[in-house]
Amino acid sequence: MGKLLEWARSASPWILHLNCGSCNGCDIETLDSLMPRYDLERFGVLKKDTPRHADVLVCTGPVTRQMEPRLERIYEQMPEPKLVVAAGSCAASGGVFQDCYSCHDGVDEVIPVDMYVPGCPISPEALIDGLVRLLEESGEGGKASRLRERSEGIFEDSDAPAGVIDDEHVADT
Amino acid sequence: MAEETTIPIGPQHPSLKEPANFELTVEGEQITGAELSISYNHRGIEQAVRSKSYLENIYLLERICGICSHSHTTAFVRGVEQLLGLSVPDRARYVRTLVAELERLHSHLLWLGVAGHEIGFDTLWQYAWRDREAVMDSLEELTGNRVHYSINTIGGVREDIDTETIDAIRDRMAELSDRIDFYLETVPAERTVQLRCEDVGVVSKQRAQELCAVGPTARASGVQGDVRKDEPYAAYDEVDFEVITAEDGDLLARLQVRIEELAESVAIIEQVLADLPEGELKASQKPPQALLAGIESGDVLSRYEAPRGELTHFIRSDGSDTPERVHVRVPTLANWPTVVEALKGSYIADTPIVVAGIDPCISCTSRIGVAVAEDEATLADATDSGVVGVDESGTDDDPGGYTLDDLREYGIEWYEGGDTR
Repeated sequence: MGKLLEWARSASPWILHLNCGSCNGCDIETLDSLMPRYDLERFGVLKKDTPRHADVLVCTGPVTRQMEPRLERIYEQMPEPKLVVAAGSCAASGGVFQDCYSCHDGVDEVIPVDMYVPGCPISPEALIDGLVRLLEESGEGGKASRLRERSEGIFEDSDAPAGVIDDEHVADT
Repeated sequence: MAEETTIPIGPQHPSLKEPANFELTVEGEQITGAELSISYNHRGIEQAVRSKSYLENIYLLERICGICSHSHTTAFVRGVEQLLGLSVPDRARYVRTLVAELERLHSHLLWLGVAGHEIGFDTLWQYAWRDREAVMDSLEELTGNRVHYSINTIGGVREDIDTETIDAIRDRMAELSDRIDFYLETVPAERTVQLRCEDVGVVSKQRAQELCAVGPTARASGVQGDVRKDEPYAAYDEVDFEVITAEDGDLLARLQVRIEELAESVAIIEQVLADLPEGELKASQKPPQALLAGIESGDVLSRYEAPRGELTHFIRSDGSDTPERVHVRVPTLANWPTVVEALKGSYIADTPIVVAGIDPCISCTSRIGVAVAEDEATLADATDSGVVGVDESGTDDDPGGYTLDDLREYGIEWYEGGDTR
C-alpha cells in the first residue's frame, strides 16, 4: 500500500497552498509556478482548494497568532501521508518578521516541516526545485523514511498510531 | 419567505488566496448582511517599525505587501526625505516612476487574471498571467528581483538603468500594448464577462464618496481622484496621462477602468524611457546613515497612488535614529465598506467576484485588529485595562481601537453635533 501511495503521489502530487500571514509575494509566486510560463501542472501538480484532497501543504508566511489554530487544523485535516513545504524566508525562519509580537518564527514552530524553500520571495524555479527534491527524498531510496513509516503505520502496523511525529526522523529530513 | 441563515466563509477558502473570513447573512440566495474579519495577516509591523532604524524600515515596510511593495517604500522614503529636506535627483525620480508604473501593470494584470478566475473564466486568468511575465522580467532585469524590488533608498534609488534594459523594456511594452488592446476589445464584450459583471456589485457615485472609496474602485463609480494628478510626486508632473473614470460603478466598469489604466501605464513608461534625464541617482554622496543622523523631529504625511488607490504613510520622528511612529493607511482598508455595501442584495454566487472587485489585499489591510468582546467577563477585563473591543493584535502603547475616554468623547461629540447630521 505504501508503494501505491508513493507512486501516486510522485506521479501527481496535489498541493494546498495556505497563506499564514505572508505578504503575498510568495503566494503570488506559488500561483505563478502553476501558470503558463512555469506550468507545474504539466507534471501533474494540481492546486487543490481543500486540505482533504492535498498531498503537499505549501505554507507561506511566518504564521501569525490568528492563523496558528487554522494552520494546525488544516494540517490535521490532510490525509496521511502528508508533506509540508515552508515556502519563503518567513515560513522558514520568520524572515523580517522575527520577534514581531503577533508572529511565530516560521512554520516549524507550529507543524513539522519537510522542506524549506528559501527566498524573499521564493522564485517559481526555487519552489519547483523544492517540490521535486521533496518528492525524491520522500521516495523509496530517499533518506526521509518518516513518510513511509507513517503510511505503514496507518495501513499495516496498528500499534503505531498514525500521525505521531517521530523526532528522530524529523531531524533527518 | 425563506429563513435567514448565516454562512461563514473562510479563513481558508477556495476563492481568495489570502485568509479572510466573511459571515454572510442570507435569505435564500440573496445576501442581506455581511460581516468581515480581515486581520488574520496581522503581523505587528507598525510596532516593529519603532525598533528599527529608518534604513532597515525601508525593507520591513516593503514587506507589508508583496504586490505593491514599491508603493510602500516610495511613500515611506518620500516622507523621510521631506523630514530631512532632501531633494531627489531627476534621474532617480524617473526611475521611481518607471518602477511604479511597472508595478501597476503587474498588479492590474494579476487582478485581471484573478477576476477572470472568480467568474470561472480561467482562459483570461492564464492569458493575463502569461502577459504579466513580461512585466516581471522587466522588473527583474531592472532591479534584480521579481517581487520586493528594493529600488528605493533614502534620497534616491539604488540601481541605475542601462540602455540595454531600456531597449528590452521598450520591446516588451510594445508587445504588451498589443495585448492590452486585445483585452480592451474582447474582455468587456465577452458574453461570460457581461453576464457575471454587468450590474453586479454596484456602488453609486454618491455612496462611493460617502464611504471614502479610493483608486480604481472609486474611479469606476465616477469619482475623480488620483494622487498622481492631485499631488504629483516622483516624475508625474512631467509626464502626460489621463485619469480613467467610468460612470456605472459595477464590476464591468471596474474591469474597464483597470484595463484602460494598463494602457495609460504603458504610455507613461514609454514617456519615462524617452525622457530619462542624465545625472546622479542619489541626493547626496554621504552614506544614508550620516544623512539620517541629522533628522529633525516632526510629523509628515506622505501620499501615494498605489495600484489599488491612495496609500498614506504618517511618519513621526523624535529626532532619534528610529521613527517614533509610522502609521500606514492602505487603499484596501478604505475600500472594504464598499464591499459590504455591494454584497447586500447580491447573490451568494457573486460573493467571490464582488470581494475581488476592489482588488483586496489582506496583508496590506491587516494593520488593526478589532474584535467585539464575546461575553460580559471578557468585556469587563477589557474595560479594566481601559481598552474596549480590542483583541491581542493591539499593544499597550497603541491599542488600535477606542479607549473608554475616546468613546465618551465621541459620544458627546455625536449628540451635541446632532443637528448637523
